[in-house]
Parts: sequence; C-alpha cells; structure tokens
Amino acid sequence: MSTTQFLFAGFGGQGILFAGKFAAYKGLIGEKQVSWLPSYGPEMRGGTASCSVIVSDEPVGSPIVSRPDVLIAMNLPSLDRYESAVAVGGTIFVDSTLIDRKVERDDVAVYYVPATRLASDNGMPTLANMILMGNILKVMNEFDEESVTAALKKVISAKHADMLDINLKALKIGAEYKEEV
Amino acid sequence: MSEKVLMKGNEALAEAAIIAGCRHYFGYPITPQTEVAAYMAKRMPKIGGTFLQAESEIAAINMVYGVSSTGHRVMTSSSSPGISLKGEGLSYLAGSDLPALVINVQRGGPGLGGIQPSQADYFQATKGGAHGDFHMIVLAPASVQEMADLTVKGFELADKYRMTSMILADGTMGQMMEPVSLEYDIKPAPEKPWATTGTKMQREHNIVNSLSLVPEELEKFNIERYKRYDEVEKNEVMYEEYMMDDAEICIAAFGIAARVSKNAITEARRQGIKAGMIRPITLWPFPKTPFKKAAQSVKQFISVELSMGQMIEDVRLATECRVPVTLCNRVGGMIPSPEMVLEAIKEAAKNGGAR
Amino acid sequence: MVVFEKPHALTDVPMHYCPGCTHGIVHRLVAEVIDELGIEGKTVGIAPVGCSVMAYNYFNCDMIEAAHGRAPAVATGVKRAEPDNIVFTYQGDGDLASIGTAETVHSAARNENITVIFINNAIYGMTGGQMAPTSLPGQVTQTSPYGRDVTQCGFPVKVCEMLSQLDGPEYLERVAVNNVKNVKNAKKAIKKAFRNQIDGKGFSLVEVISSCPTNWGLTPQNALKWIDEKMIPYYPLGVYKDRSAAKEETK
Repeated sequence: MSTTQFLFAGFGGQGILFAGKFAAYKGLIGEKQVSWLPSYGPEMRGGTASCSVIVSDEPVGSPIVSRPDVLIAMNLPSLDRYESAVAVGGTIFVDSTLIDRKVERDDVAVYYVPATRLASDNGMPTLANMILMGNILKVMNEFDEESVTAALKKVISAKHADMLDINLKALKIGAEYKEEV
Repeated sequence: MSEKVLMKGNEALAEAAIIAGCRHYFGYPITPQTEVAAYMAKRMPKIGGTFLQAESEIAAINMVYGVSSTGHRVMTSSSSPGISLKGEGLSYLAGSDLPALVINVQRGGPGLGGIQPSQADYFQATKGGAHGDFHMIVLAPASVQEMADLTVKGFELADKYRMTSMILADGTMGQMMEPVSLEYDIKPAPEKPWATTGTKMQREHNIVNSLSLVPEELEKFNIERYKRYDEVEKNEVMYEEYMMDDAEICIAAFGIAARVSKNAITEARRQGIKAGMIRPITLWPFPKTPFKKAAQSVKQFISVELSMGQMIEDVRLATECRVPVTLCNRVGGMIPSPEMVLEAIKEAAKNGGAR
Repeated sequence: MVVFEKPHALTDVPMHYCPGCTHGIVHRLVAEVIDELGIEGKTVGIAPVGCSVMAYNYFNCDMIEAAHGRAPAVATGVKRAEPDNIVFTYQGDGDLASIGTAETVHSAARNENITVIFINNAIYGMTGGQMAPTSLPGQVTQTSPYGRDVTQCGFPVKVCEMLSQLDGPEYLERVAVNNVKNVKNAKKAIKKAFRNQIDGKGFSLVEVISSCPTNWGLTPQNALKWIDEKMIPYYPLGVYKDRSAAKEETK
C-alpha cells in the first residue's frame, strides 16, 4: 500500500491547479484513488495559489495535504512557507529560475529545475508547470508516454485540443532535463 | 458510461441535480459555492431549463417556492450568510409543505465570517433554521461522490415527504475534485395533485398556503406535519460505521471532519488503540440508534467538528450521557488535522483505559 | 333578464374586507377580466401579506400565498416553470413598495411576463393603520401620530414613476376606483395588463388608488372624496409606460 501526497504551490497564473489536476488524472488512469483540493478565495487572484493532490492505493481520507511527500515550489514564498512541512524523506522540486536560494533541509531529496527559463527558451512561456511536472514524473519513475498522453487528454478540454502537443512537449522537456552540476 | 471522471464537488452536485430532473435553479453569488451557479448558468439554457441569478437570496428562495408550487423539481444553493437570508423562505416552504432542495456550502461565521470551510451551521440546519416548528432533511456528504448521490437522494426525499432537503456541505467538499460516477436510476417523481398549474376548469382550485388563523387548525397542521417527520425518522436515517466492531473510542464526525478522522483512526489502530467512527450522513434525522448501541461498549465518544461544538449535543442526547463525550474542534475556517484528532484519541485512551 | 352576476373567477366565500373598502371592487374587476379573457383554468394568482392576504380564498383559479413582499419572486418561479400559465400578483403598498421593493424593481427590470395588481391605499390596513411607504406627507397614522414628517421618515414612494425609469417593464398605469368612470378605466387597464401577458409582452403593473375608510378614519363616501382631493393630486392617474404603444407611434 502506498500513498503519495503532493503539494503544488506558486503564484496564481502559473498553472498550479492545472498541474495538480494533471497529476490527479495521471493517478486515476493508473487506477489509484485520488483527490485534488485547491486553495480558494481572494488568494487565487494574484497571490499564492496551492493545491493538494493525493494519489493512493487506499481510499483517500483527508484531502488536505499538510505534510507533503512531494512539494512543488514554483516561487520563493511557496518554498519559504512549505519547506519545513515536507515529510522526512520527501522530495522538493524547485523552479530554480524563480527561486534563487537552495533548500535548507538535508533530510529531503531536492531537484532544481529551471522550468521557467526552459519554458521561455522553448517558446512555451506558460508551460513551466508542465516542464516541472515532466521532471517529477521522470524522477518518480512514472513517465510513460501512453499514460501521460491519456492524462493530458483528460485535463485539456476538447475546445483546447490544439494545446495537447505542446503540453506533451513540455512534459518531455522536463523529463529529459538533467541537472547541471 | 461507468468511467469515472474528476469533478469538483460543486459541479458534481449541479450535474447530479440535472440528472435528477431539476430544470430550475435560482441563486445569488457567494463563495465558496459559486461553481454551482456557474455550472447551472452554462447547462440550463442548453437543456431548456431556467438559470436565474436572483436579486437577492430572499428572492431566490421565493422563486424556488414559486416553482415548487407548480410541482417541478427546483433548487437553490448558497453559503452560510446567504442561507440565513433564505431562512424566511425555508419556513414558508415547510409551512406550505413544498418540496425543494437547498444547498449550503458552509463557511466560517457568524456574520460575514470568512470563506474557508466550516460546520457551524449545524444548529441552523438541524434545529429549524427559521421561525416555527419544522424540520428539513439534512444530508451531509463526505466525498464528491456523495455530493452527487445525496443530491439525487435529496430530491427523492423532498418529493416523498413534501419537505425541504438540505445538503449541508462545506467549502472543502465543494471545492475538491475526486473521481465520480454519475449513473443513476432516476425514478419518476410522485404525482403532485396539489400543484398550482391551473384548474383547467376541471377541479376545485388548489391553494398553496401557510396561513391559518384558527389556532385549532394550525395546531392540527403542525401535528400532522410531525407525523410525517416521524416517518422520516423511522425510514430515512443514514450513517456509516467505520471500524466500530471492537471500538472502544468512537469518533462522531460528518463531512470533512469525518475524512480527517479516518486518517487519525488508521494511525490510532496502528498504535494499538481501538478507535472507530460513526459518521452521520443524515444529520436530521440524526442516527440515534447506532450511537445508543455504541454507548453500551464504547468507553468514550469524541465529537470532531468545525464548530464550537454543535453536533456534540445530539451525540450526548443519543448516548443519554452514559459515557463521556468530548469535543475536538477547530473553527473560523480552520480544519482539525489528523494529528490533532489522533491526540484526542490517545488522550481518551489514557483516560478511559481503553486499550 | 340577469343584470348582475358574480364573475365565475370569484368564489362564493364571503370577503372579510371592511365596509367601504375598495379591495372588493378590484377583486371583481380582476375576476371579470379573467372571465372575459377565458383564462381562469390556466391562471395562477399570488396573494400577498396584508389586507388581501386571504385573496387565495376569493379567486377561483389556483392560488399561492407568498411571504411578505415576495409575490413577484414567487410569480417569477411559477412563470418560468409553467410559461403557459397566466400569473398575477395582487399586492398592497407595504408589500410591494416597502418590504418587497427589491422583488418589485427586479421583476420589472427583468420584464418578467407577469401581471401585477398593486393596491395603493396609503396605509397598512391589516395591522391596523400604520404608516405605509405611500402614506402622504402629513398623513396621520398610528405610527405617524403627528402626521408623516418627511424630514424624519422620508417621502412617499411613487411606484409607477420609479419603475418608468427602467428599460425593463412593458406597461405601467395608475388608476383609481373611487367613481364609475375611474372604475371603468381601471378595468380597461387591468384587462390590458393581462392581455399583455397573454401576448408575451412582459411585465405589466396596474397601480390602483384605493380607499381604506376604517384606517383613514373616514366614512366610505368621504374616503372616496379623499382620493380625489388628496391622493390623486399626489399620485396622478395615467399611463406611465406602454412600450408597445410607444413603438406603434414611432412607426
């Protein structure tokens, strides 16, 4: 039995909720139990946005993630706020374009991905979230094109079907990214 | 199509209402239930239904009253401060024996309060909510699937007993997404010979009314109504028991508090503490019997609530105060953490010697 | 030869109105119109809270008793659910112009296809003669014992004038029922307000200046005179809005 608790956090407009939804669908397609819970209210408008995603073999109890196994920090306030909450042995993914400090904890795994830079370098400035997501899946050994595409088809509405390819490309860019040492 | 889709609680509820045959929705914007209105605004015009953003919560509930008088399934949704405004209409619906579905996606109060989740409208929902002797059937979903299922159930019960069904949800249930399957076998609504859709010159006129100036008559109406409520109490109680077979400590919780408590119970069991939970699904009628039964074997009850302690009164009444009932709560939009509930369980285990 | 008959749309239930009250006249006019248009079988009436609260007993069509001031919202619900029904509200001044102002204004603004009969008698009758939103400046009532002091409690609400500023409503007319000529005009207006609904034209309101001898402290005859001398000068009779007629003229 395993349960993974994700916390996605960043600015409103970075696609935090979308990335979370993708992660939830990825789990659902893998026949896991899932839940997705956004922060809501005025903070959605410009401030910090976050969402809790739980992917589990068991029915999900509380949908609120307070001790994430995986933290995805897309801006500095998010890292400052949630770094200490990450479970011991957990993982933190950092958008290193927007966050210029290092993670201080030494009991978690950390991956630095310059997602925002990669996004603009590749002409997809709004897809830093999915580049980061691709890297997460790769690290977690969850990246296979079939299920990733299937999940994308779920989160991208028919109206925006033309966005499918570029999202897949973003995921691949993230999956192929190797940290410069 | 049995494939599960991810839906927000508010949207699953709205779609389930449409599936249940509801074609008329009236509402007023208020966080955190606005998705219900937005969903209805999108869907209703496409299926020949009514979506109307009313000038006020009061107008919305009275539009509901109007549609219900014609016998059609109808609903409104709001959040705590808006439900207070609807109180007048709720009382009139009860007094006129009209069915309706009302959604309360609760937020912290009193007053304007906040916009984060709360369960502090428990008293309002279960003990009346407005003037006069009356009850609503109060349904408390604890998952997105239940947001949908209890909506369908709510319409059926409302029609069956000519009462208002209220879905008492909270911001978490409304906002979260979970996999949901919306497959229902919708039974046709019962005949409504009392509906005011015109006499067609073929019958006496129907009157939908809550006024009766003769006390003897009004008393009779009240007593008859309460006989119907007795039937509801007899037939419609719903609850879930979780790990209660050998439980020595029993959590009482509904909605999001029950979800949080499940985590705490799992951990308590891992630590060798026999904890379980009774989760009321109908808050009115309250599941008295399982609590009364549990009181014979359980050493302590813990009421986990997002309020200053409201359901705890019903737990005490149901258990006839035979064993201690303590409160584990957060308010104002805060949610008890599984750790907090676990601590309360451990404390109970220490005190009650429950091992 | 029958020269006088009760309209079919009225029941046989004896009305509870005071001697000299003009509610009875307006009830009759509404019932005659329903008969003449042959719509009783599909009409649904909404009774208010106030003196006419028990109107549900007097009309033979299906009736709904609404909460105070909410009749237009209830009517909106009925009409949206059953567009083929003819839906009217019958409301007094406290109901329509005080506690239910929002419902009145917004149903007019939406141009809901309903008919509103508005009884303006410048007093709360049911509760025993308190100041109404339409009580005249200086008018003595139980809650304005020294006369309505406009510096303290403001000015009367002129409903037709107010609603005529909205783009929404189809038809607004103020009539009175204090003499034969006025009663005839009132019936014409009420009939038009119902016909507009049948024709799908939208929100039609007829404001009827009525008498309340009991609470005005006047004999029925003097009450009718008081309408001429005090009420009508403040609330001039006439058509305040008639969109279809206006369109005809511009053609």
